Amino acid sequence: MSNQTITRADLSQAVYEQVGLSRNESADLVESVLEEICKALERGELVKISSFGTFQVRSKRQRIGRNPKTGEEVPILPRRVLTFRASNVLKERINGGTGDTSSNDDA
Amino acid sequence: MTKSELILKIAEMNPHLYQSHAEQIVDTIFEEITKALSDGSRVELRGFGAFSVKERKSRMGRNPRTGETVFVESKRVPFFKIGKKMHERLNGLVSDGEDDMKD
Repeated sequence: MSNQTITRADLSQAVYEQVGLSRNESADLVESVLEEICKALERGELVKISSFGTFQVRSKRQRIGRNPKTGEEVPILPRRVLTFRASNVLKERINGGTGDTSSNDDA
Repeated sequence: MTKSELILKIAEMNPHLYQSHAEQIVDTIFEEITKALSDGSRVELRGFGAFSVKERKSRMGRNPRTGETVFVESKRVPFFKIGKKMHERLNGLVSDGEDDMKD
């Protein structure tokens, strides 16, 4: 396993190489794609990317938590969390498969 | 929002691009993330979140229907952790500070 960290710059580079737009425009477009996903999630929409996975915002109710160091009880306020559910294609590819099996009910 | 809706949106926002470009852009982004995770790399997108791969050891599982014990092979599973700024956006907090991706 390699222990590299991929960032926006790598995604922009890939878009630059594959699509043939300028470097600047490639970077802007990567940003736009991420921003549109964020905006949809902020609106509470489900974001479903086929062959990749689904992002979903879920609301958590208030509950009583405990500071593990002091034992003190503190309320955990209601909040929205983001969950990611990987598609079967992504799970397979991560485990060395091709993700090509037609039996996948892909999300 | 689905991937095709996202592609349409990007095409609308960039009238000088062909729709096929918008499609290639979106596909390239998710393909790169998938490739990186397949290599065991981590993908860190500040302001959004980070994708990583976690190892699950092999274990003895049980078929819940029959109660039969079965061996489950070790496997790698994708994992996503939300970024600080995205968490703040979802929870109506405003911040223009540095996004901290430590976990």
